Amino acid sequence: MSLGVVILVHNALGRATEVIRHWAQSGCPVVVHVDSAMRRARFERFRAGFDDLSDRVLFCERHRCEWGGWGIVAATQSGARLMLDRFAEVDHVYLASGSCVPLRPIRELTAYLAARRDTDFIESACVADVPWTVGGLSEERFTLRFPFSWKRQRWAFDCYVALQRRIGVRRRLPEGLVPHMGSQWWCLTRATLEAILSDPQRPALDRYFARVWIPDESYFQSLARRWSRRIESRSLTMSKFDFQGKPHLFYDDHLPLLRRSDCFVARKIWPRAQAIYAQMAAGGHPAQAAEPAPARIDRVFAAATERRVRGRAGLYMQSRLPNEGWENGFTAAPYGVLEGFSELHEGFHAWFAAASGATVHGHIFAPEGAEFEGGAPLWRGAMSSTAALRDHNARRFLTNLIWNGRGARQVFQFGPRDSQHVSWDIAKDPNARIGVISGAWAVPLFRSGQAVADLRDTAARLQKAEADHLGALRSPHAKARIRIWTLAEFLEAPSEALSQMLADIVPGQAGPPPAPPDLVPLDGFGRFLQDMRNQGMHPYLTGDIPADPPPRLRRAAPKPYLVSRPHA
Amino acid sequence: MSSGRSTGFEGRGGTRLKAWQTYRLRLQRKRWRLRALRKRRELACVTDRTARLRPADILLFTTLRNEAARLPHFLAHYREMGVAHFLVVDNGSDDSGAELLAEQPDVSLWRSEASYKRARFGMDWMNWLLRRHGHGHWCLTVDPDELLVYPFCDTRPLKALTDWLDASSIRSFGAMLLDLYPKGPIGAQPFAPGDDPLKIACWFDPGNYSISRNHRYGNLWIQGGPRARMFFADEPSRAPALNKIPLVKWDRRYTYVSSTHMLLPRGLNFTYDEWGGEKTSGLLLHTKFLDSFSDKAREELQRRQHYAASAEYKAYAAGLEADPELWCRWSERYINWRQLEVLGLMSRGNWA
Repeated sequence: MSLGVVILVHNALGRATEVIRHWAQSGCPVVVHVDSAMRRARFERFRAGFDDLSDRVLFCERHRCEWGGWGIVAATQSGARLMLDRFAEVDHVYLASGSCVPLRPIRELTAYLAARRDTDFIESACVADVPWTVGGLSEERFTLRFPFSWKRQRWAFDCYVALQRRIGVRRRLPEGLVPHMGSQWWCLTRATLEAILSDPQRPALDRYFARVWIPDESYFQSLARRWSRRIESRSLTMSKFDFQGKPHLFYDDHLPLLRRSDCFVARKIWPRAQAIYAQMAAGGHPAQAAEPAPARIDRVFAAATERRVRGRAGLYMQSRLPNEGWENGFTAAPYGVLEGFSELHEGFHAWFAAASGATVHGHIFAPEGAEFEGGAPLWRGAMSSTAALRDHNARRFLTNLIWNGRGARQVFQFGPRDSQHVSWDIAKDPNARIGVISGAWAVPLFRSGQAVADLRDTAARLQKAEADHLGALRSPHAKARIRIWTLAEFLEAPSEALSQMLADIVPGQAGPPPAPPDLVPLDGFGRFLQDMRNQGMHPYLTGDIPADPPPRLRRAAPKPYLVSRPHA
Repeated sequence: MSSGRSTGFEGRGGTRLKAWQTYRLRLQRKRWRLRALRKRRELACVTDRTARLRPADILLFTTLRNEAARLPHFLAHYREMGVAHFLVVDNGSDDSGAELLAEQPDVSLWRSEASYKRARFGMDWMNWLLRRHGHGHWCLTVDPDELLVYPFCDTRPLKALTDWLDASSIRSFGAMLLDLYPKGPIGAQPFAPGDDPLKIACWFDPGNYSISRNHRYGNLWIQGGPRARMFFADEPSRAPALNKIPLVKWDRRYTYVSSTHMLLPRGLNFTYDEWGGEKTSGLLLHTKFLDSFSDKAREELQRRQHYAASAEYKAYAAGLEADPELWCRWSERYINWRQLEVLGLMSRGNWA
């Protein structure tokens, strides 16, 4: 029983030499294929480095190996042929490259294979069933022709593919061939490899595969299905692919991870990863009879793909600025927006903070500057309350606020007095929980004690701003969870609205809602609204609050029908 | 997934430009290149060791003036990272920095007494040196007070990053400027030559950056940090830009347009993802705020050699009269790149 290794080399010769010597010195015969693009002198120097191992390290006929082209298959065929012809004792042939590095001792690999004499380890998935490929070419790899290099002649490559699709040409598959694809790095038994190489149909097959795209991922994978008695469809060489289908490189800081995987061989290793090569030279990391488990380290690489493809929701930074609609969450976390509540209650912020456990800010977009929790001039993330800075990019200010406040539920007040830059953004954001008491802006005006005639224009402006904002909240684009009460509706049942907002913003709170805070005194408010109407400014957003008698207040005791009046 | 393989380059994005817009950018690129060619006459070579450059070397380009105190740490930081050669323009220093640089075996030094401002804040000189020596190399263009941090910089050399960028067909690498400052008044802790500036200036603003797009060049425009909140709170649009693209696989046709904020051709500026993902990015730790800062601000104000009629330095000088403290209770203390990534200031992206 013996294992032979075919190694394809094209660059990083220093490391390739180390790897080849390691295989050879561990007792495996090695056939090396060197890309014919390498200059003759350099090749001869490289070859001379193995003079002391000339009985076990052979060099096969050279081919030009271009990525995605036939050359790699031709190289593998030559190497495998030479291996079978010259080393009769070889039972399994392992295909590797110069940047495939053995992680475990070679004797563990040979023992593993000796225990599985008839098994071919080759990843081979049926193209028709498994949608694996990145970039759209899957079955078409076999039905179109690819005479142009993808790397050097991209334009011609793309045009020719488009042309063939347009015309509708399809190549006929050789008889009996079912296209399979999988990792290029396999380990086949002597019998299977011999059968593939001496297939009576081989000239036709070779001609066909020479025009398939990336045949090194399909030639042996498809033909092994014909001849193998027992296929184990996985590769013994671990590699991890990124979202573009490019293999991840392994570095020295991956070494603990690689050991944990218990894989025999890993690729690709960064040529300057000293520690990984040093471990190989020291004989590898023994794991006795452990079964390779590449899935054990998937998480790290899956996280990289997730980060590159979806990113962190609500984060806007130098390398992530999604177009509108592609944010994968406009903000980082759910948050509450309360409109009109603080105008109607005494000490509302403190009450809501205590009732919800959330961080409760004042009017974040107030014209005087952001009212952070506790009135601080700076808040988390060193955000400044200065109005000019905030309004310079109000949208980023909002997303920064929610991003910096991750970990605690953020709640802020909003109203028609505030700068309205984010009016649409919060309406469209599914993370927003918005509660509006429309017309509540009239209450501070009423309490200011100024003459109605002086307040009229301000009221008109606020009402217009709020109407626009409500338009956004009621539009079909609105995705936030939105509740809107008119002031009159709210005053009918204030505590109900409060408990609904509490439940929206901090769901799942146990226990009865705390006693609601005191409403501000509203005696004469109905009259105030009527005076405003008399000035020609109808505050319609407040709902119907009659002028006389004044609105029913929670504190007011029920009045008797009959009142004794002094005689006039 | 095993069989998938690359079928698309990283990059390309932004609004598609009309043909005449593209052509105008092309003319502009040629103009900056011609200008660099003209301005090369202002550079007098002091020591030229560029003959030692090897094809795969990573090069660093910088312009400086009176930075002798920072130089030892600056050189050590980048040498350790794997920078093979420093190409330096000394703009009329009168301290010992030039002698120090001339002695270094891996430094090539040029001297210019000409106007920094009229060389477009040194960029014409940088563009010339990049064009002359940078072609085909990964080139890092930074100021002496900027220290690069990139993902895994504690375990992997810069070469690992550039190799990976090459393999991913990425030509440029973005690194935002992150202003660091000391706790307490700026001048309180003395900075001795050779010290690590990060020992003193080790605090930063973690989350107050505003980002928007520059559609013309495709780059981002980032503002914020301590300078915006302390010195430009009333005029935020004049706050300094923090977006930078310092690391580029240089080609002689490329040119920096304004500082290292953006380049032409425009495709080099797309160092961010527009479809929700995060691209790999680093940070430039900006250690401007040391005890020498107020002297420097005063001097620069007199020389009037800085951007936008030195508006930045005017604001500093006005702010510095009050001896301000940039530190606040929400400042973060710098630990390592992982902390910066968790805060969302940089990203590993797809590099695992």
